[in-house]
Amino acid sequence: MRATSSFLCTLSFLSALLLGASPVVAQSSTLEAVKKRGQLVCGVNTGLAGFGAPDDKGNWTGLDIDFCRAVAAAIFGDGTRVRFVPLNAKERFTALQTGEVDILSRNTTWTMSRDTSLGLNFVGILYFDGQAFMVRKSLGLKSADELKGASICVQSGTTNELNLADFFATRGLTYRPVVYERLVEVLGAYANGRCDAFTTDSSQLIAERTRLTDPEEHVMLPDLVSKEPLGPAVRQGDAQWSNIVRWTLFAIINAEELGVTQSNVEAQRSSSNPEIRRLLGTEGEYGKGLGLADDWAVSILSAVGNYGESFERNLGQGSPLKIARGRNALWKDGGLMYAPPVR
Amino acid sequence: MTGEGGKRWLARKTWIDAAYDPKMRALAFQALLALVLVFLFVEVVRNTAANLEKQNIASGFDFLARTAGFDISQTLVPYTSKSTYARAFFVGLSNTLLVAVLGIALATVLGFALGIARGSPNWLASRLALAYVEVVRNVPLLLQLLVWYVAVLRALPMPQGALALPGGAFLDTRGLHLPRLVVENGGGLVAAVIGLSLIGAAWLWRRRRARADEPADPVDVVGRGLVVLLPVLAVLLALKATLATPQLGRFNYEDGLSIEPEFLALLIGLSTYTAAFIAEIVRAGLDGVPKGQREAAAALGLSRRQALRFVILPQALRIIIPPLTNQYLNLTKNSSLAVAIGYPDLVSVFSGTVLNQTGQAVEVILITMAVYLAISLATALLMNWFNVRTAWAER
Repeated sequence: MRATSSFLCTLSFLSALLLGASPVVAQSSTLEAVKKRGQLVCGVNTGLAGFGAPDDKGNWTGLDIDFCRAVAAAIFGDGTRVRFVPLNAKERFTALQTGEVDILSRNTTWTMSRDTSLGLNFVGILYFDGQAFMVRKSLGLKSADELKGASICVQSGTTNELNLADFFATRGLTYRPVVYERLVEVLGAYANGRCDAFTTDSSQLIAERTRLTDPEEHVMLPDLVSKEPLGPAVRQGDAQWSNIVRWTLFAIINAEELGVTQSNVEAQRSSSNPEIRRLLGTEGEYGKGLGLADDWAVSILSAVGNYGESFERNLGQGSPLKIARGRNALWKDGGLMYAPPVR
Repeated sequence: MTGEGGKRWLARKTWIDAAYDPKMRALAFQALLALVLVFLFVEVVRNTAANLEKQNIASGFDFLARTAGFDISQTLVPYTSKSTYARAFFVGLSNTLLVAVLGIALATVLGFALGIARGSPNWLASRLALAYVEVVRNVPLLLQLLVWYVAVLRALPMPQGALALPGGAFLDTRGLHLPRLVVENGGGLVAAVIGLSLIGAAWLWRRRRARADEPADPVDVVGRGLVVLLPVLAVLLALKATLATPQLGRFNYEDGLSIEPEFLALLIGLSTYTAAFIAEIVRAGLDGVPKGQREAAAALGLSRRQALRFVILPQALRIIIPPLTNQYLNLTKNSSLAVAIGYPDLVSVFSGTVLNQTGQAVEVILITMAVYLAISLATALLMNWFNVRTAWAER
């Protein structure tokens, strides 16, 4: 009798497992889930200055972080309703696929295979980057072509690892890869002399260089060996959610182009410029199409400001990194930042 | 009662009997459980495949034939960035096997030495062995690996100031650089001669073992050495083999055989850690041999050394081998900690880089688990075979 009842217990447990085994259904609305939770969950870097890093008080800052706050503001009218989940390069796609995070905003390169075979959609480009090399100044190198036979540190599972192989293979040169899972290990190995060169996206190199004990002793080689368009990604199959995240990006770029800033956004609502009036919801019902309030962009801009402001605060002149806008300037200033119009 | 009715009654009777027969009931429940398990397994596979499909995540094993596109620092099988993911898998697997096999060999030698020292009448030797065991086995392996990798091997000088070792070898923060044997052509011939010589030596060794009660014959020892050395030397001379010594290039030592510090750290860490456990097993095995055996050996006039070698150890092995197998399995599985120090083992290459580049987590993890299972089962089988061979021959 006892055997039978314990067996029945096992059986019911197994069936519970089976019923519980149905995973996140891709078709369910992410927006509804986020609203119900009262919080956006955003996958970010474990610590990369300028993009996503916690400060000494535990507050997260960075361009990727601002973007998460912008999306939260668009939904809740409050940029603080975000929970940040730090992810390393290896974990990031799985975390998004399994529904652990709503958005992946973690300096992630948009590539075709990632966009088409991982069940993800990249929604746009937040930062135009390229891969570069950092070496010790004392080596006196002028170009990456001189790195024949060198030991080169790189993070595993990144596009950098692939570009590095391509770069040397196309030139018929040999090198010795030294591969680690986490960026902090890569930097540590380079600083220790395990490698002659350290390669990753140039923005990351600039940020990581500041963490070395003797930043002045290290230089970046002028070669950019790849295109690294970094942008936020969402799960496939939820068009509404893709639209919200994509138009949040477009909103901050359009706002910069139209001169709408964090400080003047309230005043600009009564602007006579129809483009500004449409963006800020004074005219038309553009928020409705996203399932949001019509003043969604006002919330975004009050929370984090426009793209240019966020850039300067996190990466540009307002930050220790002092990265120039370069390719990330607006299209009308000779850069690549361009957003479709709100109309 | 007609014959027909009686048959039916009998049939019913057997059914009822079967239902009350505890053996039959147990069998029925086991069959039911097996069915449920099979159903569960099939359902999980189906469910996973359907959901991956629904989320537009690629699935299947086609990715193994695609180009990997990344480089690996240590490759035992030929590999370039243009090789396939399947080949990257074999690179990872061979690196895991290399560190496991060498680690097991080193851990066994060190462990036996320590275990014997633990029971030695020499106070210093036994205390030192005790201290080693207690310190090493009580510090987490991951920490020990990091100590070896970061604190010891990283502290070595840069290539420009490398430590010169005897025999043209160099040691620096980029690893150990050894002279490499270069054979113009006919590398296979050298391998064949070395292989044949080893077989010859093994044959001589077995023949000698058959007469193990006789004192060691020095001529025999020399003979065994010559059987290996002479043919190898002869072939090398005939083929004009040369030693390529490591030369300092612009960045690194080149031409020689470079052993990466990641490999060294993992090998040293794994074997010293496992040796501590093996030492305890060996001590327990030696203590498990009845005291009378020692006394009998002494009474026969055997020295302590001879008693250990010919009387105590052979009997202790029966106690030692089963738990020793566990340690070998542990070492193999612990080698997956390689990922923490950047050694390209199976986990770091395959379920690290390949998983991340392809995004096919389910398949990659399944393959990795199957491989560890296979390695462990193979090790266990081999050890069981050895155990049977060393088992007490009942007379």
